[in-house]
Amino acid sequence: MTNEELTIKISALQPALVVEEGQEWLQFHVDNKDWLALAKQLKETAGLDFDYLFCLTCVDWKTHLSMVYHLSSTLHRHTIVIKIKLAYTDPVVETVSGIWRTAEFHEREVYEMFGVDFLHHPDLRLLILPDGWEGKNPMRKDFEDPVNMIKL
Amino acid sequence: MYRETAIVNESEVTGDLVINMGPQHPATHGVLHLVVHINGETIRKVEPHLGYIHRSIEKMSESLSYRQFIYVTSRMDYLSSHINNHACAMCVEKGLQVEVPPRAQYIRVIMDELTRIASHTLWWGAMAMDVGALTPFFLAFREREMINDIMEETCGARLTMNYMVPGGVMYDLHPLFQQRVKEFIKHFRSKIDEYDELVTGNIIFQNRMKGVGILTKEDAVSYGCSGPTARGSGVSCDIRKLYPYEVYDKVQFDEPLETAGDSFARYLVRLQELRQSMSILEQLIDDIPEGDIQAKTKAVLKLPKGEFYTRAETARGELGVYIVSEGGTTPYRIKYRSPGFSNLSALDHMARGGKIGDLVAMMGTLDLVIPDIDR
Amino acid sequence: MPSLEHIANLVHDWLNAQFSPGLALFFEFFIIGVLIIGLFSILGLVLIMMERKVSAWMQLRLGPNRVGPKGMFQTVADTVKLIVKEGMTPDGVDKLLFNLAPFIVMIVAMVIMAPLMFAKNFQIWDINIGVFFITAISSLSVIGILMAGWASNNKYSLLGAMRSGAQIVSYELSAGFALLTIVILTGDLKISAIVNAQSDGWWIFKGHLPVWIAFVIFMIAVTAETNRAPFDMAEAESELTAGFHTEYSGMKFALFFLAEYVNIFVVCALGATLFLGGWQPLHFGTGTGFNRVMDYIPSSIWFAGKTFFLIFVIMWFRWTFPRLRIDQLLNLEWKYLLPISMFNLLLATLITIMGWHF
Repeated sequence: MTNEELTIKISALQPALVVEEGQEWLQFHVDNKDWLALAKQLKETAGLDFDYLFCLTCVDWKTHLSMVYHLSSTLHRHTIVIKIKLAYTDPVVETVSGIWRTAEFHEREVYEMFGVDFLHHPDLRLLILPDGWEGKNPMRKDFEDPVNMIKL
Repeated sequence: MYRETAIVNESEVTGDLVINMGPQHPATHGVLHLVVHINGETIRKVEPHLGYIHRSIEKMSESLSYRQFIYVTSRMDYLSSHINNHACAMCVEKGLQVEVPPRAQYIRVIMDELTRIASHTLWWGAMAMDVGALTPFFLAFREREMINDIMEETCGARLTMNYMVPGGVMYDLHPLFQQRVKEFIKHFRSKIDEYDELVTGNIIFQNRMKGVGILTKEDAVSYGCSGPTARGSGVSCDIRKLYPYEVYDKVQFDEPLETAGDSFARYLVRLQELRQSMSILEQLIDDIPEGDIQAKTKAVLKLPKGEFYTRAETARGELGVYIVSEGGTTPYRIKYRSPGFSNLSALDHMARGGKIGDLVAMMGTLDLVIPDIDR
Repeated sequence: MPSLEHIANLVHDWLNAQFSPGLALFFEFFIIGVLIIGLFSILGLVLIMMERKVSAWMQLRLGPNRVGPKGMFQTVADTVKLIVKEGMTPDGVDKLLFNLAPFIVMIVAMVIMAPLMFAKNFQIWDINIGVFFITAISSLSVIGILMAGWASNNKYSLLGAMRSGAQIVSYELSAGFALLTIVILTGDLKISAIVNAQSDGWWIFKGHLPVWIAFVIFMIAVTAETNRAPFDMAEAESELTAGFHTEYSGMKFALFFLAEYVNIFVVCALGATLFLGGWQPLHFGTGTGFNRVMDYIPSSIWFAGKTFFLIFVIMWFRWTFPRLRIDQLLNLEWKYLLPISMFNLLLATLITIMGWHF
């Protein structure tokens, strides 16, 4: 499916979307509250079939966080990027681990590295960091570790 | 930093025995910690605990320049370090919009395929060792050693090569490179049949492998599996075929697919990949074009503001490099989408209901490299 | 040429001439004890060296080659290391059982040696229930393994011990049936009688189908009984780290290790005695020159040669095959080997009654 068709089809699902072109793939800026509904539709709508979540991450923009989801379809081979803006303090977003199961681990990683709280996540615990690191969020830009980090 | 190991001793489900497989355990091939809930020999639940070799390469890369950060990525999936470097170099090139000279493209692909063979042979030996056959390990190392020697001549290193740089490759090929690779292919063609005879056809091995660790096609997609793990379940996901990079669109090769989704299917896919990689090498090795090995780039690289995502097919699956640039000399944010991380997430689903011996065999077929998972 | 039988008789006569019969018997016991312990250490050294060299040969390696000529003294060096190493007893173990277990395994391996016939008329104790004695005693080693696994207070050890228990108890049945086949053919449980019955041909040659089947089953079953790969479920390095002896170190570990190798020797010696004629030389027909040449080779060499050939076969298994899974292992025994060996026993009985064997 071409980018134009994708834009039309996905915009029809969720009118509040902001579409951004110019990068390699289409980017959709989604409102936080619409995300879960849209995710379900993206996976299930015939013709879209975004069944493969190949990258899930978060970017710290110092004023806000943004979740980045790279989705593609193993049937139609098209790829889109979904972005969700989150608040800087106490960021909360709905989990998509019920839709794409790979999200379970990736969300746990984002949870410990950025402190994003995923609502309704089945098992939101620290995955990589040892116990006692809750709330320290090392991947955030303002994280300070005077012992182990060397400033260049 | 000293890390206190959280030893899990009790299961929430009463009557289950909890064993901590790892961080030091012969079958985890590294510092993976699996908390396994078992009832007798039957596995109820597998919980991976990661981070024993977490070096936060993503955070580190944020303070390294676009030339420097590539070297750190050799330490991610150390068995396919060329391909890691390659993916990163491609991502920087995409941002810089630099065209890589044809000679460098050929060299890169040849190196990638050699790495894939080296990685898969090591996997074959380790896999056989996991199911209790110790001899294949030594046979596999015989072949891997030849590749390491070839690498050493050209790149100067045997494991973490740091050979790919933005714009091309670091040095030109060693004069004997082509001859050595051809000798290797000739040698390996005869040895791979020996592999089949010794292990693939063995009835005990087949019994251990067939019908265990079944991952259906839907599950493989849902868990984000890639590489041979997904191809064993019938998911066509070879980045080299779907989104060809460098000269992969000029060579003829097949994407091996199996539909059974069990451990044996993953095993067969990897063995066929070895043969395909050899065929790619044979097609490329004789017509490496003459010319530059590096495109002309500035001494200090600056990527334009924007986001760049490249993917490459490592020996384990799809490696994604996601660079967010703010226009500076260092990346603003880097995310490595490592294949092992997603493949590991499917382990719990696959292992439930199996035996302890099955779990070991499954981990073998997933081909986990722990630094790749932890990053 | 002085044979072992000759030397033994000389010693016996000399002791009886010097001392009263009771005291002479006591001295004989003492000498036997020393000899058995000596045999143990030599077997340990030789078999471990053999295992290393065989595996190295199969795996494109050289094996140990630093200590002594061709690395011959590597096992000696290792033994010295194990002796001077601290024999740790971890906290939380059942101290009595933990320390007792290696000795039980060891004693069992020693006692089994009693009825073995090492050369012509050279035997410690020609007990009239020889085969039965060996079967009975060898099953005791599972107690030592279970004790070790339970007392270690380690989950891997426990799993290994439980596996081992299930495995040894099951495979003993098949091994027993395989031995019974020969007992039926011979009509005697005595080891010397079984060997003498093979003076006109080894059972493997004159026993027809049932003996061949019994021999294959015997080899499989004893490999399992001695916890050797492909049936090394109790240790299963890649699954259970080291199984029941995970927590053992130093000399206590060495005892387990030694017992394993001595057990291999014992079962192979038994196999050689029952199926390959014990110390009997290889004969074809009657009175040919070939037979006379064979007779020149001392009986002890024949026995050792056959035993070491079987040991080599078992080592060959280990370095070739992958390991079975525990349920497959038990399936193999209960669903295949046991029915086959029961049927085989009937077949052997039929052949014996009808007198169809040579």
